[in-house]
Amino acid sequence: MAEVEETLKRIQGQKGVQGIIIVNAEGIPIKSTLDNSTTVQYAGQMHQLVTKARSTVRDIDPQNDLTFLRIRSKKNEIMVAPDKEYFLIVVQNPAD
Amino acid sequence: MADKGSLKKAKAPVASPKGSAKRPKSTASTASSKTGGKPKPGSVKREEIASATGSVGELGPPQDIFPLVLTSATQELFECRADEDVTQEKPFKMLRKEEVLQDMKTRAAVSDFHPFKKLVLAYPGEELLLVYDRDFKYGQSFYLVGTEETKERILNPPERMEEEAEEDDMFLVYKTPEPQTWVSLGSELEIEEESVKDSRSKLSYRISRVRREFGAPVQFSDRNASVAKDGYVECTPYQDKSFSIKQLERDTGTQAAPPLQDSSTQTQWMYPKNACTQYVPREFTEQEKEDCMNSENLKNVINSVALRFEVALQQNEIMDVFFDDWGALGEDEDAFGGKADMHLKEYQSFTDLHFSKEKSVSCVKWHPTISGVIAVAVTERLSFEDRINLSTKLLLSPSLILFWSFSDPINPQLRLECPDDIYCFEFCPSDPTIIVGGCFNGQVVLWDISMYTERLQNSRTGGGKHAPTNTKSLSGFEHRPESEAPIVRYCAIAAIETGHQAPVTDVQWLPDYYEVSRTGVPLENKNGICVQLATCAPDCCVLFWDIRAPRVATQSMADRKKPEEKPLENPHGVPSTFKHLDLTWKPIIRVSLPKINTSGEYSPLKFSLRDSVAENPMLTNADKAQNLENTDGGIEYRVLRVPSAKHLKTLEDISTKFFVGTEDGELVYLDWKMEKDNDSGKMISSKPSHRFNIHDGPVNTVQRSPFFKDIILTVGGWTFAIWKEGVMIGPLMHSACSQKKCTVGNWSLSRPGVFFIGKEDGSIEVWDLMEKSHEPSQIQNITTASITCIKPWIVSSKQHLLAVSDELGTLHILEIPWTLHSPSVNECFSTSKYFEREVSHLEYFEERHAFRAKEKNDMEAEEQRRKTEPIIPEKTAKQLEEEVLKEYEQYLELEKRILKEMGLLPEEEEKEKLPEINSH
Repeated sequence: MAEVEETLKRIQGQKGVQGIIIVNAEGIPIKSTLDNSTTVQYAGQMHQLVTKARSTVRDIDPQNDLTFLRIRSKKNEIMVAPDKEYFLIVVQNPAD
Repeated sequence: MADKGSLKKAKAPVASPKGSAKRPKSTASTASSKTGGKPKPGSVKREEIASATGSVGELGPPQDIFPLVLTSATQELFECRADEDVTQEKPFKMLRKEEVLQDMKTRAAVSDFHPFKKLVLAYPGEELLLVYDRDFKYGQSFYLVGTEETKERILNPPERMEEEAEEDDMFLVYKTPEPQTWVSLGSELEIEEESVKDSRSKLSYRISRVRREFGAPVQFSDRNASVAKDGYVECTPYQDKSFSIKQLERDTGTQAAPPLQDSSTQTQWMYPKNACTQYVPREFTEQEKEDCMNSENLKNVINSVALRFEVALQQNEIMDVFFDDWGALGEDEDAFGGKADMHLKEYQSFTDLHFSKEKSVSCVKWHPTISGVIAVAVTERLSFEDRINLSTKLLLSPSLILFWSFSDPINPQLRLECPDDIYCFEFCPSDPTIIVGGCFNGQVVLWDISMYTERLQNSRTGGGKHAPTNTKSLSGFEHRPESEAPIVRYCAIAAIETGHQAPVTDVQWLPDYYEVSRTGVPLENKNGICVQLATCAPDCCVLFWDIRAPRVATQSMADRKKPEEKPLENPHGVPSTFKHLDLTWKPIIRVSLPKINTSGEYSPLKFSLRDSVAENPMLTNADKAQNLENTDGGIEYRVLRVPSAKHLKTLEDISTKFFVGTEDGELVYLDWKMEKDNDSGKMISSKPSHRFNIHDGPVNTVQRSPFFKDIILTVGGWTFAIWKEGVMIGPLMHSACSQKKCTVGNWSLSRPGVFFIGKEDGSIEVWDLMEKSHEPSQIQNITTASITCIKPWIVSSKQHLLAVSDELGTLHILEIPWTLHSPSVNECFSTSKYFEREVSHLEYFEERHAFRAKEKNDMEAEEQRRKTEPIIPEKTAKQLEEEVLKEYEQYLELEKRILKEMGLLPEEEEKEKLPEINSH
């Protein structure tokens, strides 16, 4: 627990990071640094997107797998790292 | 209708008696009349008619009715004397046929009944009906009914009457329509045309054989028709040339019937229904979350994933890969290119030969709403002494504020008359028809030009040729030719005693969202318009004025006198907007500027309030016009009253501190709030908090930047300085002394880091802080006399103008080139950063100062310390030698000891030495 916390703190400490969310495989948030409504929204949306992206990648090449997803928008960048059981979402505002 | 018809019919046969049954009588009477009887009166008519026209049967009466005339003899014979035996009520008389015949026989042709002999003979019944026709319905006095049916019918009218009565009662009974006589409407003609009739009777031929051949055997033989002559008659068809009838018309009937088809389907009826769902996202409970967080799995995942994240985050941090450099590059290029275009181009210049000759311009202001109109105050270019010497002459030539419009560079549009030279004036921001000005003699003057706004607006569009359409033209000015500008007299002037004692050098309106109470506390302004203004003069005070009528009605003796002196008429046609202030106007607050450390006071020349509303470029012209429209409709200043301070809310966020530039070149920062002096109990103004002695000459400009509320530009003497409010250490930037005196300065309205400085030699310096801050980026000479006023103005996004006035009385309008008026990207940001850097420089400087001071102190302290401590005695040379000897001896002993230990004694030194030498 402490180790996890420490890693999260390290990530949070990077410049421009707005929030971190840990989501389980079904899209239910476990831990978040943002408020509840935003968390739930991100978790639900990202879950679907990651599933779709992963299926795309595997469809093209079954040997391949999705490792990291970065969505760059006008205001910020959303980064998602998927795994079998959990995935981690980080929102960063790069231009500062 | 049917009934009437039947009635008619019944009558019809009745009304034609032709026969007369009283032939013998009439004959007798005729005979009598013929012989000698003159016609008797009374029944004369009838007899004559009887003789003459007895036999005449009119066509009028119907066929069964035969009118006849009966002579009196006949009448007597048959007992049907008129009006005796037969009357109107009983007009019927039955005559026996035999009697009639008898009469006819006896009297033969003379008988009345003779013409009706046939009828009587033919009459089937025994009795004939004679009806007395009193009304001559059928032309004669009597008529005979010819048929039995008619007789019956006539005799039995009651039935008909009954029928009629029945009809009336049962009006609703439907009778089948009986066939009526056919009325031809012309259709039979067509039928006639269409029907085929024989035009001649059919010809019939009867062909028979000879009798003797009847029954004889028949013999047939052949004959070739074509061989024998006349075997046949040929009728070859040929085209008859003369026959040229074409069938042009043909009657055919068509009927168009649309195909009609009935069909039906049955569909499922879908109708929109409102439905809603509500969902809640799935969430974990706290306990579950805890469990998850503690699981080993999560730890592994996070560890494995963290690296990727860090890489990505740092990538973003290092560089923004999606930034469009190419696009951003273009903008900067335009700003720097084209050095030649940096010139301020001359757009127009205004000078008036009558009014601004030999005068200098003291103040220039653009009209806030009407674009292209600029107001200029002209003053005499004389020193104080000259003024006193020439004071009589000066009284004759009036001082004016001229309004120029771009459309007419020769004639001013409007002239405002002032009691004395005006050194500063200002349009009211909420109502540009009100202008306040400060005079040379210390009075504050108000004008109301609402009557002339239309003229000014028209001058902008048309060229001022047409007369002002307002009908409120002033008496006395009606006959003036339109080309000459009207003179507007001031409508209110302040009281002399309570005003300034020195020329008013600066006047500013307070913004419309707050007003100041008598104690200097800013209160909420419920009017929404500017009602207060502040003035300053070198008589060491700043006065606050209110343009509303004072609430308190207490008037001093002097005031009470004044209303009586005021003339009731309005000889100059001055609008009475400010009648309530005229000659009685007093300031509400007097802020004096006592010096901080010494006695005496500062003499202000210019001041700058923090929340001033003047020249806010964020508020576009359209917004300003809108604000003015909201308050349009004539603000009645007379009606406005200074409200009691209790009713208004105190505004906390209005800063009551302001900067004042003085005659001695100082910048003073003070608070206008009045404090209660403990000693005397009066309200006095507080001492200024800061004072900076910066400039070498009187300060002529104190102006806040339109972009940064706390950056102030002050110009005075040979230098200028930029200050930040709140930083009390010193100016952020202080220019080097220039060669010529700086006479005026003004910020640019569109670029935060640009400002203009006017010089004594008539040139303008354009300073761009972003480009270089040690010297101006551009110097341009405009005129030969010194510049007195610079005012920029934004006409449109493409056109920015700069109004520059000089001491010769000329107003130059220059166009600011694009490079100077369009800000570069982030210019505001970089300018603010620059100022921040300057602030940090100052702070660092201060720190270093302090540090150095401290260091100096330390050093001094050190020295002091050194001086007070006892001096350590220096070692003498002898002592040093002794010490050295001691050390040498110690060394020798040490050597001996070592040699002893090593077994090498000094006695054996020789032996030792020899072999040593030998060994060498």
